[in-house]
Amino acid sequence: MAQPANRPVFAPWNDPDEKPLIRFGNVTKRFGDFIAIDNLTLDIYRREFFALLGPSGCGKTTLMRMLAGFESPSEGTILLDGQDIVPVPPNRRPVNMMFQSYALFPHLNVWDNIAFGLRRDGLPKEQIAERVEKMLKLTRLEKFARRKPHQISGGQRQRVALARSLAKAPKLLLLDEPLGALDKKLRQETQFELMDIQERTGTTFVIVTHDQEEAMTVASRVAVMDHGRIVQVDTPDRIYESPNSVYVADFIGEVNIIRGRATPQAGGRVSIAWAEGQPEILAEAADPPSPGAEVHFAIRPEKVLISKGRPTDRANVIQGRVHDIAYLGNISTYKVEVAGGLMVKAQMTNARRIANRDITWDDTVWLSFTDTAGIVLPG
Amino acid sequence: MNRRFSWFNATALTLGFAFLYLPMVILVIFSFNESKLVTVWAGFSTKWYGELFRNQAFLDAAWVTLKVAVMSSTLATILGTMAAYAMVRGGRFPGRTLFSGMIYAPLVMPEVITGLSLLLLFISIGLDRGVMTITLAHTTFTMCYVSVVVSSRLVTFDRSLEEAALDLGCTPFQAFRLVTLPIIAPAVISGWLLAFTLSLDDLVIASFTAGPSSTTLPMKIFSSVRLGVSPEINALSTILIGLVTAAVITASLISKRSIAMREADQQAAARA
Amino acid sequence: MNWRRVLLIATPYLWLFFFFLVPFAIVFKIALSDYALSIPPYTPQLDLSQGWQGLVEFFGALDFENFAFLAQDPLYYTAYLSSLKIATISTAITLLVGYPIAYGMARAPEEWRPTLMMLVILPFWTSFLIRVYSWIGILSTEGFLNQTLMWLGLIDEPLAIMNTNKAVYIGIVYTYLPFMILPIYSALEKLDTSLIEAAEDLGCSRLSAFWLVTFPLSRPGVIAGCFLVFIPAIGEFVIPSILGGNETLMIGKTLYEEFFANRDWPVASAVAVVLLAILIVPIILFQRNEQKQREADQ
Repeated sequence: MAQPANRPVFAPWNDPDEKPLIRFGNVTKRFGDFIAIDNLTLDIYRREFFALLGPSGCGKTTLMRMLAGFESPSEGTILLDGQDIVPVPPNRRPVNMMFQSYALFPHLNVWDNIAFGLRRDGLPKEQIAERVEKMLKLTRLEKFARRKPHQISGGQRQRVALARSLAKAPKLLLLDEPLGALDKKLRQETQFELMDIQERTGTTFVIVTHDQEEAMTVASRVAVMDHGRIVQVDTPDRIYESPNSVYVADFIGEVNIIRGRATPQAGGRVSIAWAEGQPEILAEAADPPSPGAEVHFAIRPEKVLISKGRPTDRANVIQGRVHDIAYLGNISTYKVEVAGGLMVKAQMTNARRIANRDITWDDTVWLSFTDTAGIVLPG
Repeated sequence: MNRRFSWFNATALTLGFAFLYLPMVILVIFSFNESKLVTVWAGFSTKWYGELFRNQAFLDAAWVTLKVAVMSSTLATILGTMAAYAMVRGGRFPGRTLFSGMIYAPLVMPEVITGLSLLLLFISIGLDRGVMTITLAHTTFTMCYVSVVVSSRLVTFDRSLEEAALDLGCTPFQAFRLVTLPIIAPAVISGWLLAFTLSLDDLVIASFTAGPSSTTLPMKIFSSVRLGVSPEINALSTILIGLVTAAVITASLISKRSIAMREADQQAAARA
Repeated sequence: MNWRRVLLIATPYLWLFFFFLVPFAIVFKIALSDYALSIPPYTPQLDLSQGWQGLVEFFGALDFENFAFLAQDPLYYTAYLSSLKIATISTAITLLVGYPIAYGMARAPEEWRPTLMMLVILPFWTSFLIRVYSWIGILSTEGFLNQTLMWLGLIDEPLAIMNTNKAVYIGIVYTYLPFMILPIYSALEKLDTSLIEAAEDLGCSRLSAFWLVTFPLSRPGVIAGCFLVFIPAIGEFVIPSILGGNETLMIGKTLYEEFFANRDWPVASAVAVVLLAILIVPIILFQRNEQKQREADQ
């Protein structure tokens, strides 16, 4: 996310002159009575690594299958490079897909799997061989070219699927939960490998995932979906730091949501009354709510400080009692019960060894945060 | 719903099932034909059914067939289940390969060979041919079918259930009787049904092993069929087809209902 | 080894040994004996009361004469060859008829499939003999097929199908069709549809996706189906006797007639031994295919 100053930031979505590679125009898809995609409009740009994120059944897979050509929209248009691709069958689209199950042909070896699409184009033999070798090298599979899919590991299979879908140099590569079948450690390694390959080949990637961490890691932009609609499209940092709804805030990472009534204050700030007899929470609001409106105050646990003594330098201070501690090694999460039985989570980096930490179960503690740490969301 | 279910598939299925069922439908229709000529329709009549039930030879043959089928399928179910259990759970024992060969070989053996060899055995040990020899012969070839059906169920059977029974104090035999048998019962029952049907249906082996006084129904049908079509045989066929259809449909409805009931129970349990 | 386990294994073992293996030994022995006008109609008879001397005489009298006879008489080897030919052709036709049906079933909506399965299995439970018999009324000279075709004006004279090899082909295809459909269906049903989508995604048309992916992956089912039709078809007796004519030579029929009409037990036994020898190769190939499938599934 932090780019060197001399390198231009990759953000074609902010450039009004940039033409999108993909444009969904008011797309709706129905299966019988069920609306899978609900009047959706979305632009995806060249060289993007675009993530579709959402729970199962939110329509992300349907959206991807419409790009591949396995589903066609009930209404609306899908433009690829300015051309309507809705009537184009899957085998004629310059789009390739990496399937969730990998869909490697079990009767063909790795080499033939990768060559499969190239052969369909009727390329000369030498050219196919050259391209396959290149793909094998790109995915570090040279040693396994003659093996059948069942003779290699899960991670290798995943790379074969990637190589096969990249072999035809598609304008757009679709990845359907590409890392779902791998264990956690391998998944993390592969994420970086995917990013690396995406950058080297300059292909536009659209990835479908339900794993928010994965989406945040790999994507240039993330679209959070729910019930066939896009709730928010933004860069990972903005999705995390400035979610536009409780849904997004809650879906991405951990968050404390405190409900209350807002009173506008000077300097674009609001105070939120959240519990009887407690000081109101003071927060900045980009878009000040009307007086007395019900709002949700969202704050990430790592932005809440926990201490035994009452801090004096913070805008918001709440007293509570430690209910539970989850020790995760590098960090600890404290579940603190505050007024009205509300549980607030606070996260602390374990900079010290465990023996030296002084907060334990049932301690009375102070939670504190600044007026810019959280955000105010409409109710 | 399924975009690949095209007109091609629909045509293939329609033609295929027409091919499978049309001959039997025609057979059934013409069992109600007034005329003795089987291919010319001359009005509706059930007289051939009456003729059939007055034909003592057919009734005797049906009785012999039924006796043989009940006895042989029951024996075959017991032996076949034992064989399946020995194969799947028996561990190593001397001659295991030969045993498995003897279980599978009869499935692919031409009936003429099985029939001939059993007849020669019965003659050489001086056994009089009759209902008993047919029953022995049918038991031998149908027990292999039972064993295949039961062992395919036993292979997928979760062995920890048996181990749990042993752990809770059952003897191996009790574990079999109280845990294994109730669970594999559907396979055992379908094994019995399969053995029963095969025995009812068998012509060749019965022809070899039957004595002069023990003609089975297929033998009777065969000897009259060789003389050409007859409306009486059509009537008999209709009865047999009707019985089998009713049995298969009932069986599938029962299994469907038990699946539906289990699902309903599970949903109720999930809600509770 | 407790006695229950011994009983469990020994009972079916001894049963099969006595009623399956021993009879074969007898067939083999009689195949080496000579025809005689006696009861039973062959010689030598093993007479154990004669002791060692009897045993020596007994084995001395056994020979391969009957097999030599089979090789010399063209009736037998033509019958063998014709059985192989009829079985091969009918297997090929069954495959051509059965594959589209299995494919249609596998592509049918999921809620139909149990019903379609039942419809394929149902004829199998119905009497084999009756299913063969049902074709007489259709194929005979004044049967439904000829009546319909003449009524449609497609032919002027009835086709002679009944009592020819054509009727035998139809009979075999009809009765063994479920054996072809079921293994192919189960191979196709297992097929992950994303493989076909992947093929289309990589540039295949529907047809080339079928040839390059669907068909190769259903091959184990095709092989199993072909063996399940071919093996019993070779030894088939009922179909050639009911639907076939004088020209129809099949080894099962020959054996039956040799035994019942000619009462030549030694020759009938020799025919059986040779038939078995012919069947062993496809049976072993079939078992290998099944074994390979089981391993691939694991």
